[in-house]
Amino acid sequence: MNTPSRRVAGLALLLMLACVLPFVVSNYRVFQCTLVLVYAIALLGLNMLTGYNGQISLGHGAFYAIGAYVAAILMDRFGVPYWLTLPVAGAVCAVAGFLFGLPALRFEGLYLSLATFALGVALPQILKYKGIEHWTGGAQGIVIVKPEPPAGVPLTQDQWLYFVALATAVLMFALGWNLLRGRIGRAMVAIRDQPIAAQAMGVDTSMIKAMTFGVSAMYTGVAGALGAIAIQFVAPDSFTIFLSISLVVGIVVGGLASISGALYGAIFIQFIPNVADEISKAAPWAIYGVFLIGFMYVMPTGVAGFIRIAVARWRRRRS
Amino acid sequence: MARLLEVRNLQAQYGPTQVLHGMDFAVEEGGITTILGANGAGKTTTLRAVCAMVKTRGEISFGGKRIDGLATESIVRLGVAHVPDGRGTFVNLSVEENLRLGAYTRGDKAGVAADFERIYAYFPRLKERRRQQAGTLSGGEQQMLAVSRALMLRPKLLLLDEPSFGLAPLIVQELFSILRDINAQDGVSMLLVEQNAALALKLANQAYLLETGRVVISGSAEQIGADESVRRSYLGY
Amino acid sequence: MSFDLLIHQVFSGLATGGIYASVALALVMIYQATHLVNFAQGELAMFSTYIAWSLLQTGLPYWAAFFLTVAIAFVLGVVIERVIVRPVENAPILSVVIVFIGLLVIINSLAGWIFSYTIKPFPSPFPAQPLFGNRYVSSHELGSIGITLVVLALLFVFFRFTPLGLAMRAAAQNPVSSRLVGIRVGWMLALGWGLAGAIGAIAGIMVAPTVFLEPNMMSGILLYAFAAALLGGIDSPGGAVLGGFIVGVLENVVGSLLGTELKLTVALVLIVGVLVVRPSGLFGRRIVTRV
Repeated sequence: MNTPSRRVAGLALLLMLACVLPFVVSNYRVFQCTLVLVYAIALLGLNMLTGYNGQISLGHGAFYAIGAYVAAILMDRFGVPYWLTLPVAGAVCAVAGFLFGLPALRFEGLYLSLATFALGVALPQILKYKGIEHWTGGAQGIVIVKPEPPAGVPLTQDQWLYFVALATAVLMFALGWNLLRGRIGRAMVAIRDQPIAAQAMGVDTSMIKAMTFGVSAMYTGVAGALGAIAIQFVAPDSFTIFLSISLVVGIVVGGLASISGALYGAIFIQFIPNVADEISKAAPWAIYGVFLIGFMYVMPTGVAGFIRIAVARWRRRRS
Repeated sequence: MARLLEVRNLQAQYGPTQVLHGMDFAVEEGGITTILGANGAGKTTTLRAVCAMVKTRGEISFGGKRIDGLATESIVRLGVAHVPDGRGTFVNLSVEENLRLGAYTRGDKAGVAADFERIYAYFPRLKERRRQQAGTLSGGEQQMLAVSRALMLRPKLLLLDEPSFGLAPLIVQELFSILRDINAQDGVSMLLVEQNAALALKLANQAYLLETGRVVISGSAEQIGADESVRRSYLGY
Repeated sequence: MSFDLLIHQVFSGLATGGIYASVALALVMIYQATHLVNFAQGELAMFSTYIAWSLLQTGLPYWAAFFLTVAIAFVLGVVIERVIVRPVENAPILSVVIVFIGLLVIINSLAGWIFSYTIKPFPSPFPAQPLFGNRYVSSHELGSIGITLVVLALLFVFFRFTPLGLAMRAAAQNPVSSRLVGIRVGWMLALGWGLAGAIGAIAGIMVAPTVFLEPNMMSGILLYAFAAALLGGIDSPGGAVLGGFIVGVLENVVGSLLGTELKLTVALVLIVGVLVVRPSGLFGRRIVTRV
């Protein structure tokens, strides 16, 4: 069996397991798994920008928040059906990301990280601003009604939402995989590694970088919308700098410039806080910090990279 | 005569590229050794290797002690001063601050003050411009400054990387005659890397010819300077 | 706005500006030597302030606690540089940024874990009554400005007139040549971090009485310090100081006109604005990359 078909078989197996999952675990666990899918989409978005294209964003929580608020406002104030909010959130964030990417073209690595860090820190304050309180619900936020499965479908609300998230994730991962291994994906990586050479070879660096920002924001925005629907609640204090940092932790642990890494990272940032919370309120973040630093020293290619290397070694030993 | 610097089987590399392939050379106490060769022969790398600025293998002994494996700062503290190619001036600091840095590792304040005076005596132009920012000096003045900074260490061994580079001939004459004085009066040994072979052979007493990282000819400077065939094939004159 | 209020806002602005100037200076010191921005600078300052608080709890008199904390913060800075930063010194920029963020997060959570998240009051060494009963500036604000100026003056003297200060400047500007004169560049870097830690501690101790001590106390201040450092020029210490005072006064005056809810947004706008319009700031050097 050659590798591509082995990979397809593996993915099919994974998908089957994912479909079986909500029927064998409790409702709460299903909810958690939905969030894993949400984070995976967000992390794929961030990874595109930072891992593949080399633009460091410490403020991606902003796009997550925009997506979440778009969904909440559409559902609560305008009665838009939940599934329609996803593409709208995606579109809004795509534009927002592109617009942010334009001035960001002139910032190189460190300065971009500074500017996005500032965005991440200022975010809750912007969301609480009294001027837009009428839409955003101010510090109180907005409560969302959990969607019901369509008539005749014998699933609980959590299970239905899980499948919606799963379908969205599969779609977005497929699109992302296609984008990244094509010409644009290669251009993104070229810009990351040798920006001047890429430009000299005719790659439209500015357009690609701004576009990557837009696509990355779109993914994270869709994730934010899904997340808001799952959690049924948006409020400014859910979107602090620590959300943006969580996303960075996710791609570092999962693996930069890796699609599967988005899934590993999502599992990490969803379940570690639950486990660590038992130790103390502060423990999750201490662990995040240790992992961030540790991974940079020991496993800079993340879990995905580690698995890749391990599999390669195992294959070599067999042959 | 005793050997101040003794180098055996020196190999050096930049990353994966090996540049020096096993060199043997020495500098006598109070002597001046020159290393000649075309561009790319590895002359600059040789000086950098002595100062541990590149990865090396082989034996380097200074004053009888092995110094290969030591860090640059430690080698400097043993009395080796390097005037690098490109001069390595602290361009944003003043002339005086540059000189003061040359004496950074010394504890004898009186000695340092005296050396300031001597340097200013050798290079009056530096005294004039002592509060000026070093980056605004002319090429020749920066070279004087670079040599002076090295001398402020009161080194036992002075490494000079192409001191004549980019300088007007008159200034080069001046510089080399000062170097001769310093060697004669203060007994500072020198390892001189030069492209201008004629000039170098007049100053030095030992010479080594380098070709793609290997010593191909060695001997006294007089011998090599007098040997017409060597001069024509290797030194271009 | 009345003239009285304006004067008061200017003085308040100078007091907070002094804090921003100090933190911005710490950032610039590290940037000059490493071309890196220390994202964890604020958390280090906050943690040092907690150390001061703990020392005060044990009954130590204020100024004893102050100087002891500054010394501890200095050592902490040196240790962090040698242990955590040194291994990634030459790593790609993303790795270093991530390590700094990791540091930020660890210190923040350590503070929360050891000292809890409840807000604590922090004493000021200056009297509660304003000097001469004036109505423009409190004694703490005046004292804070004074201490900032003293620290800045000491640093200036240190860097300009002492051999060690000269060596540190040299190591930051030209590490290769510095080695050639025998300077141990690695230790100069560690010293820079130590000084930055000490400056941050002083800034934290001066600002804590006003904003109250809690683990997230410094995040807004860090943002303003970034803005100040960028405004002045990220590689210009003098610029950073001037930038700090400008940003402080601007924040206060604009804040009293527009309300205080968008202070962080103003910092964000400043940062993005400077980066877009003039990335080298007022006094920094334009950097041209060689292809």
